[in-house]
Amino acid sequence: MNQPSLKHIRTPLARVRGLGAAHSGTGHFWRQRLTAVANIPLTIAAVIIIVMLLGRNQAAAAQILGSPLVAIIMLLFIASITAHMRIGMQVIIEDYVHDEIAKLVLIMANTFFTIAVALASAYGIFKLSFGV
Amino acid sequence: MAETKAPAARPLSPHLQIYRPMLTMTMSIAHRITGAGLYFGTVLLAWWLLAAASGPNGYAKFEWFAGSLIGRLILFGYTWALIHHMLGGIRHLIWDTGRGFGPSEREWLVAANLIGSIAITVLLWTVGLLAMGGPR
Repeated sequence: MNQPSLKHIRTPLARVRGLGAAHSGTGHFWRQRLTAVANIPLTIAAVIIIVMLLGRNQAAAAQILGSPLVAIIMLLFIASITAHMRIGMQVIIEDYVHDEIAKLVLIMANTFFTIAVALASAYGIFKLSFGV
Repeated sequence: MAETKAPAARPLSPHLQIYRPMLTMTMSIAHRITGAGLYFGTVLLAWWLLAAASGPNGYAKFEWFAGSLIGRLILFGYTWALIHHMLGGIRHLIWDTGRGFGPSEREWLVAANLIGSIAITVLLWTVGLLAMGGPR
């Protein structure tokens, strides 16, 4: 049987358990890139939809936005950009706000704002799609 | 408890102001600023969708704002920020693969980012204004 190497003070158990005081790893890094890749085609599609709707009245805009393909694209667009912007704003807050309480409050506010924007936008699209 | 000693006045590491501004650095800052602008601009996206869902009166209010001078300026800036951040994001994804870091490559990438974002914004607004039946 091999003796466990004691070149480091960290115990093998701590290494198995994972990330120590950091608690979490590359989750945000990966999700920021995942949503960045998703944002590219979704933004192009959303821009095309918005240009298509320019100059149309509310009835026409509502009909196009509520049609299945457009509604689903817009929902995906909103989900992806709000997930992306939440992580991005958290990085900005963590970079510039060094007071612990203020930082926590702003990170909470960031989450609330992002979810509110996402749900309000999704509500509009669902209302247009289902006519409730 | 013993008094905590004041920390020794150690030299701080140099920060932004000691560096000569370079295009790559400026574009890095622009990427963050456009990202923050897009963040708050999503309120307009939510307003537009809710207005379309609310009916002709609500939509007319949004259209009045979007057609006003200040509204158009904000939307023009928003268009540029969106395209600039998207192209900047593509540049960062290229850099994530380890490519494009050579002295001329990185300068070329940031220049393409800036020129591309301005060109696409102008193109989109030209198409948009034509779609609306010319500038009003």
